Amino acid sequence: MRYLGFILLLGLFSYQPAPKFPSKLSDYGLFQGELKNQVPSTGVTPYALISPLFSDYAHKLRFIQLPTGQSVAYNPDSVFQFPVGTRIAKTFYYPMDERKPQGGRRIMETRILSHEPTGWVALPYIWNEEQTEAYLEVSGGTSLVEFKNEQGKKQQVNYVVPNMNQCKGCHERDGIMTPIGPSARQMNASMQYAHGEENQLDYWSRSNQMSGVPSTRPKFVSYIDESAAIHERVKAYLDINCAHCHNPKGPAKSSGLFLDYRYYGTTAYGMMKSPVAAGRGSGGLLYDIVAGKPNESILHYRMNSHDPGVMMPELGRTLIHQEGVALIREWIKSIH
Amino acid sequence: MKYLSVFLLFIGLSPVMGQAQFEKALQTQLILASDGDVIELEAGNFHISGSLSLEGKKKITIRGKGMDKTVLSFKDQKTGAEGIKITNCENIVLEDLTVQDSKGDLIKTMHVKDIIFRRIKAEWTGGPKAENGSYALYPVLCSNILIDSCIAIGASDAGIYVGQSQHIEVKNCIAFQNVAGIEIENSLYAEVHHNHAYGNTGGILVFDLPDLIQKKGGFVKVHDNLIEENNQSNFAPKGNIVGKVPKGTGMLILATSHVDIYDNKILNHQTVGVGIISYFMAEIAIKDKEYDPYPTAISVFNNTFERHLGRVPLEGRFAQIYRFKLRFGRDVPHVVYDGVLDPKRCGADGNYLPQHKICVHHNVNQSVANMDAEHDFKNVQRNPAALDCVQEYVKSNQF
Repeated sequence: MRYLGFILLLGLFSYQPAPKFPSKLSDYGLFQGELKNQVPSTGVTPYALISPLFSDYAHKLRFIQLPTGQSVAYNPDSVFQFPVGTRIAKTFYYPMDERKPQGGRRIMETRILSHEPTGWVALPYIWNEEQTEAYLEVSGGTSLVEFKNEQGKKQQVNYVVPNMNQCKGCHERDGIMTPIGPSARQMNASMQYAHGEENQLDYWSRSNQMSGVPSTRPKFVSYIDESAAIHERVKAYLDINCAHCHNPKGPAKSSGLFLDYRYYGTTAYGMMKSPVAAGRGSGGLLYDIVAGKPNESILHYRMNSHDPGVMMPELGRTLIHQEGVALIREWIKSIH
Repeated sequence: MKYLSVFLLFIGLSPVMGQAQFEKALQTQLILASDGDVIELEAGNFHISGSLSLEGKKKITIRGKGMDKTVLSFKDQKTGAEGIKITNCENIVLEDLTVQDSKGDLIKTMHVKDIIFRRIKAEWTGGPKAENGSYALYPVLCSNILIDSCIAIGASDAGIYVGQSQHIEVKNCIAFQNVAGIEIENSLYAEVHHNHAYGNTGGILVFDLPDLIQKKGGFVKVHDNLIEENNQSNFAPKGNIVGKVPKGTGMLILATSHVDIYDNKILNHQTVGVGIISYFMAEIAIKDKEYDPYPTAISVFNNTFERHLGRVPLEGRFAQIYRFKLRFGRDVPHVVYDGVLDPKRCGADGNYLPQHKICVHHNVNQSVANMDAEHDFKNVQRNPAALDCVQEYVKSNQF
């Protein structure tokens, strides 16, 4: 009886998802040379966001592969509508020492967003210790990683790779899986390519990968740019870190709190807004944002927590983003 | 229909598989399940370290071996806000298991069409505490919900909470030691019957709140429930609307319209048997222009009320109003209405037009008061004639 169970368990663990998704990252052919060097193959374009999502201080490399001969249409307002066949790859890593970016890194995972005829699918690939390959792991995983931060202090992160369902927990609009980052606002900045530095939208346009790119385009500020106006930094920060769920079509719409930059300054943006179903996430506070009073603002309280029942975002981090909390704190103090 | 139990059958028994492998195997099954699958869980105590999630599936049953037999404990949860999260699904059945001690909500379902919770026990095991999660069973933005023969214990907000949903039946459930036993919020067409709510701060609540996606609730029938001794001190974290519910509340209707409360036993509540109040009583500014803060078209009839003589407990804002403004003394009325009227719904006599009236009639031990909150409680009326009426009942074809 026990023996039979064991055999069935082996059966369970060898049970693979639909075979059309490669079990190894290298099978996609997105990279040339050694996989860990993450050098894109021909037809794979690296990209970067001006104000990226915080993910436990992990660094990220991003790539897009459009289907051969196809392009994506420009739009000024939302994430680009990439054609079926598009693949987006995002690799998460930690430099061994933040002060020496060239001194080696530990790659944790590469997430593939694949635009299938039936819609986008998110697939997490977890890298092996040897850093030679990453394997599809639908149920995600956790692993401990150590690195030195910019102050040279040793940091430990219990790095969590989300499972396939949790991917959709953020990548969702009206129940449909969708990319989050690549929009005109986020990509309207220069990027270091193999051929040199160039504005990403200009390059996409020039290389016929994007159609209809105008000369005037909206742009987010970088939230780490201290020379930018603080409310612009906050708009960018909350938009990329929160608005993928907190928008009228996102998974957190039931809260009525919308942190999309377009709602800046409204009740829906949290200004003197009472929580709905925050539970102990309220921290005993009455409103999401109280002008001038970060310590009385639930937004600040939940960003400044790592308790799974309190913290926001509720996925994708185990650490507090100190710089992000400081930014929100400074902003709330400054408004009235 | 494919049965997956064959995979999971031995997990609870097999020495080759630890808790972590069980969790991983179960989560993997939830991800890879095909539409129509039944996922069976063996008896046993399983410790789960992260949220379990089911997403985008149709016709899935998750079935344990029975309440208290198959137990998923989230006591050591490291990641995720919920115990179990089910999103964007259709035709889901959860039955015969116990879930415990998650950091946030125990079972949250969102955007699910046709969902059944049956014989699920959802509990925080350490007694009523502010550190407990908000909701034990929490369908939100769902339609066609059946919650049958479930038990909810210890929620720091509501044990059974249905939010922004439509077509709901909650029956044969037991809720105790929660702040709110059962709460229907911004939801349409709900029938709550044959439940036992006791030892909560408030037994059964029907609320409409501002600033939400589903603006309007209503058409709610609450009948044949035993609602008793809900005298637990309020332990909700401040900031949450239920934190304002006074201990000793049997039922509270907040700003909802078309609610019938009948054939219930509402016994031994220190503050109020049935309270009917506008959102103004919450003392929070209303900025949502589409929001309707008035409770209207409400009938309270054929219920049995009992209460021991005694003053209301002096705890929270409402208690202060009771003690210093209403001055009911020891003989506290069972049904209390705040008396704040929507002028647009009033006739020439200054009272509500017939279709909007609040009616209280034919209850055993009936006693009613109008608080006159609109005029700073100056003209508190006992057994006012305006509330002695019969209102057209919520029709069953509205369900």
